Amino acid sequence: MELVEVKKLQVQLDAFAGKDVYLHLETTNGSYASHFNEAFFNAGAFIRNVVINYELGKVVGDSPHRVGLKLPHGWVYAQGITHYEMDDQGRLLLAGHDGTGKLAVALQISETPFSY
Amino acid sequence: MTIPTERHVLVVFPHPDDEAFGVSGTMTTHIKQGTPVTYACLTLGEMGRNLGNPPFATRESLPEIRKKELAASAEAIGLTDLRMMGLRDKTIEFEDDEKMVGMMTELIEELNPSLIITFYPKFAVHPDHEATARAVVRAVRRMEDRPKLHCVAFANNTLEVLGAPDIVHDVTPVRDHKMASMQAHISQTAWMLKEMEHKLAEGDPETENWLTQERFYKYRWEDDFEVSF
Repeated sequence: MELVEVKKLQVQLDAFAGKDVYLHLETTNGSYASHFNEAFFNAGAFIRNVVINYELGKVVGDSPHRVGLKLPHGWVYAQGITHYEMDDQGRLLLAGHDGTGKLAVALQISETPFSY
Repeated sequence: MTIPTERHVLVVFPHPDDEAFGVSGTMTTHIKQGTPVTYACLTLGEMGRNLGNPPFATRESLPEIRKKELAASAEAIGLTDLRMMGLRDKTIEFEDDEKMVGMMTELIEELNPSLIITFYPKFAVHPDHEATARAVVRAVRRMEDRPKLHCVAFANNTLEVLGAPDIVHDVTPVRDHKMASMQAHISQTAWMLKEMEHKLAEGDPETENWLTQERFYKYRWEDDFEVSF
């Protein structure tokens, strides 16, 4: 993965607009957050292989970036995005990695389903 | 404590690397004693968070990396029967509970183990660990002739509630195998191993004990985690 360059990523987001795409979106603190710090309120969300069709996709801000997808009847967004990659299967993988190398957020779109 | 010889040992954990820290020394010892050992690993740790910064992997490439690491860990342990059960990390508790019991029952019926090792329900911290433990306990509960059930517990309140472990295996003789098993899972363990090696170099006795002693609780059927299922 590479650090997000807004202009380059914007071109990639534009290329998927108006197409049916499979979405992977997750936010996480890890399953051990409340084990190491019992006062920590652990929350996260995960969605994988749900088909969306966005009319406008935008990457905004300085790193870590926000990325938003405007749908005909709603929105998808992620914050904390630091890295991206167009992988060898033509899937656009965005991720937010913290300073210790742990993934905190991922937003991925693909014209073919992600694995299970 | 010497480790008694078993007919067959079945180890059930949800993630590649779960075996490395808590039981790899025990597994190697059984294998060296000629006991067949099977490790059923329910997922490939697809949701692992250690992906590096700069990243060395993506959410999509991680499973293949961890699959290879799991195979390398099995080799380090000396294990020849590794089962990858095909579930997805962090989803086990949402699977149909009866289906999970069925998966465990099939393994037990096929292998006829005299000892099963898994996590201790309610003391296993991670939701996948808990769901795995529940499925194993339920499957064993239904058996007429129950095999021994040794459980790994590491919740913060373990000592307070369960007391000292019932079984402590000294795995010093197979220390190198255990170290190699942990090193095999390098994508997820690098930071931890670095810290550990530093402490070992300083001669920290707690770390040495942690490395050479594996702790288990016998499942307490008289204090079952649920009345029935």
